[in-house]
Amino acid sequence: MDGNLVDIKHEKLSFFTPVGEVKALNDVSICMKEGEVLGIVGESGSGKSVTAYSLMGLTADNGKIVDGEVNFNGHRIDLMTEKEMRKIRGKEISIIFQDPMTSLNPVYTIGNQIEEAVRVHGDKSAAEAKARAAELLNLVGINEPEKRLKQYPHELSGGMRQRVMIAIALACEPKLLIADEPTTALDVTIQAQILELMNDLKQKLGMGIMLITHDLGVVASMCDNIAVMYAGEIVEYGSADDIFYEPKHEYTKGLLRSIPKFQEKEYSALVPIEGQPVDLLNPPKGCPFAPRCDSCMKICLREKPDRTDFGEHHYARCWLHAKAAFESRQGGDR
Amino acid sequence: MVKYIIKRILMGILTAFIVATLTFFIMNLVPGGPFLSEKAVTPQAQAAMEAKYGLDKPLFIQYLTYMGDLLHGDMGVSIKKRGFTVNDIIGNKFPVSARLGGLAVLVSVCIGVPLGSIAAFKRGKTLDNVIIVFSTAGIAIPSFLTSTLMMYFLSVKLKLLPSLGLDSPASYIMPVIALSLYPTCYIARLMRSSMLDVIGQDYMRTARAKGVTTFKSIFKHALRNAILPVVTYLGPLLASLMTGSFIIEKIFTIPGLGHEFVSAIPSRDYPLIMGTTIFLACFIIVMNVVVDIAYAFIDPRIKLK
Amino acid sequence: MGNIKNPLSLQLNVDDFLPASADEKESLVIMRESVGFWQDGLRRFRKNKIAMTAFVIVLLILVLAFIVPPFYPYAYEQQIKGSERLGIMEYSAKEMERMAAGESVFPHFLGTDQNGRDYTIRVMVGARVSMTVGIIASALILLIGSVYGAVAGYFGGAVDMVMMRIVDILYTVPDVLIIILLAQVLKFPLQNLSKTPGFGWITSLGPNMVSMFLVFALLYWVGMARIVRGQIMVLKQNEYVTAAKALGATDGRVIRKHLITNCIGTLIVTTTLQIPSSIFTESFLSFLGLGVQAPMPSLGSLASNALNGLQTYPEKLFAPAFMIFIIILSFNLLGDGLRDAFDPKMKK
Repeated sequence: MDGNLVDIKHEKLSFFTPVGEVKALNDVSICMKEGEVLGIVGESGSGKSVTAYSLMGLTADNGKIVDGEVNFNGHRIDLMTEKEMRKIRGKEISIIFQDPMTSLNPVYTIGNQIEEAVRVHGDKSAAEAKARAAELLNLVGINEPEKRLKQYPHELSGGMRQRVMIAIALACEPKLLIADEPTTALDVTIQAQILELMNDLKQKLGMGIMLITHDLGVVASMCDNIAVMYAGEIVEYGSADDIFYEPKHEYTKGLLRSIPKFQEKEYSALVPIEGQPVDLLNPPKGCPFAPRCDSCMKICLREKPDRTDFGEHHYARCWLHAKAAFESRQGGDR
Repeated sequence: MVKYIIKRILMGILTAFIVATLTFFIMNLVPGGPFLSEKAVTPQAQAAMEAKYGLDKPLFIQYLTYMGDLLHGDMGVSIKKRGFTVNDIIGNKFPVSARLGGLAVLVSVCIGVPLGSIAAFKRGKTLDNVIIVFSTAGIAIPSFLTSTLMMYFLSVKLKLLPSLGLDSPASYIMPVIALSLYPTCYIARLMRSSMLDVIGQDYMRTARAKGVTTFKSIFKHALRNAILPVVTYLGPLLASLMTGSFIIEKIFTIPGLGHEFVSAIPSRDYPLIMGTTIFLACFIIVMNVVVDIAYAFIDPRIKLK
Repeated sequence: MGNIKNPLSLQLNVDDFLPASADEKESLVIMRESVGFWQDGLRRFRKNKIAMTAFVIVLLILVLAFIVPPFYPYAYEQQIKGSERLGIMEYSAKEMERMAAGESVFPHFLGTDQNGRDYTIRVMVGARVSMTVGIIASALILLIGSVYGAVAGYFGGAVDMVMMRIVDILYTVPDVLIIILLAQVLKFPLQNLSKTPGFGWITSLGPNMVSMFLVFALLYWVGMARIVRGQIMVLKQNEYVTAAKALGATDGRVIRKHLITNCIGTLIVTTTLQIPSSIFTESFLSFLGLGVQAPMPSLGSLASNALNGLQTYPEKLFAPAFMIFIIILSFNLLGDGLRDAFDPKMKK
């Protein structure tokens, strides 16, 4: 291993449905170092959650990795059996889901569910597990842990439940925490609290975080690197600064234009991205974003663009940059 | 909790009262009386008999008398079965019906729940299809057909099982199968769809993400949630097996309460008709309360109020 | 992160970098055609092979039960002297003689009963009785249940409270007991009533059948009422109901136009599934001898009568038994298919 915690190489993943093959991931490569925070941004159906789930072997039964490698912490996830996967899940990688309302089993107490996560891996006694559960609740900022442990999920608020989910995820001190839209289902004020909590925990525990969201605003403050996904492809990848200050892909630019900016004094209208996301049953031949792109060229509809690198860790897939190179070469020829 | 039970019991008493009143007046609407069918009864003798059982008084007075006695737990004396009180008859016959019905409920739950769960976990596979076909066919056969067909093949043709009565353990087999076929299949279907629903829930994904084994996630996380609709169905099921046994008891000549009731109607045994109806109504009410309480224990979200 | 293909390795020319026209972009976007609720449901229903088969079987049985009997060579109450207790495809001595004389005799496919009545026509008419009871009873249940449920759900509050307590009580009533009791009770008054002018139709239907309808109408609508109430409670929160009210629509109009139309899918499915359960109850009552009156056969009474001769003529039991099974099974499958097609919750 080259010291990377996550190393996904050219992963292609499809869901085989009765209507046909849905190509959810199309040549996705992602690298993460230990302790790194990676944001994956994209709209629904762009493949951001699928990428994360495939890392945990949690894709639905009809989802198969067709090509590529998925490496995590020295394991070849794509080659592992369900039984081997189970030893990693919750121990080395954990996940928190979008909707804390439905992610906890309604018929068991909070304590029961945290203790279960503690006891699945390792051989803690019931009393030790209970103590650890209380400690975890303290860690995620829930007061009166003893009392909370005896409560049922429906007795807690959404923000509280998400904290419980985080406590479950942290039970075995994983190396990587996947947060799948952890704040989408929460109130705005609670969102900020949860993000702050995750930031704190990252400082304290030093684990890597893969933060999946459709909201660029959420990743801005937290992430080291950001991958922008569209239609099962990473269209742009770079450091947070690169993405925010020097976006190279038209889709990234569009996303940035659609964030409200409160600090600007002048009135600036939000610019939506027009059009519909692609149908992954019949993915277009060329650049998937072409039909919605303002700068679309003839080539974009015909051929998939390749990577153009702009630095060691910043690349985008867009014909516009090839055009620039092409024109400069033509100029040179003359 | 206690408040809830008290409330339900009060509601139950009201229901029982309404059922009793309805039954009383409906029953008396039927032309004829208990002594008309008997031959060689002189008008004097008939009048004497009617006086003995209070049937000569105005209907409303009869009603008041009956309800007054009922409050003390006295359901009167059977007219046709001389010397037996209605309480005696119920006390003798109900255990027979209850044992049969209880066994049938047990069988339906013990077979239906696993079948439905297996079908859900093997969704789309051959086993699932086999279970679906059988359970769908099973809810299309009325119990009287199951029992008569079984009687024909198993006792008449093959002479494997006794066809009448409940004297030996073997004689329970056919009535219990006949009674439990429909509910077994119904529960299997119910369980399959609720299990499929539960499997798709986010908390099942959470359990998987924790690294919990498949076995444990089924038994701990899925089953308790998926069984809730089955628990709801258990109340009416218990009731319907008690009532469904009318026909089974008739076919297999089992001396149960249903048999007693069906034969009490044509002979106009008023106290017995009243007694069995009220008793069964109370039984159903109690069963429903018990099921509701059980439900609240399984699902902490349910607040009894 | 090596493995980068040179973007310029492709053969490119200047034209490729010209802006694409809107039409070119448009051609790539494949719009899925939008389909309405009914179209969508029907399409899904037609694709469901099991449900379609069940539908065809239901139609076949309807033809057998309602259209064939008038044209059948035998009538259900016709007693053929000398042809009693025939087995499958058997002919009586008399009929053999007639056949020998060159006359054609229509075969008794399922034999005859102890009164010399052709069993095939009796099973068909039995199916007709069962289907009639099932359909009319379900229609009654639909009518009473949906109106009651709609009113309770729409007005809510105290009205709902009282109406639903009544439903709760009816729910705990031991239904089969009351049915048996009522079937007994109503028999005589209905017979008397049928003699008064204007009520002659009761005789043609048979008082037992009428009392059965009454019983169904009195007791079995509660399930339907609960379902409709639940739906209405949800629907009435919708903005378009508020909008209709704001525009001055009357309560009746809101219920009819907006609420009932929106839960019509549920109503159809529940009614379809109610038919087999009514047939179930009918055959059960007829088996107990509380159903239709002789000589009118019903599948339940045919099965019940066949019990005595079970040893010698088992087919007399199998024929109505199989008919009941097929009718209930196909209605259930049809109902399941309709639910999958029209229940939006199941929509994938």
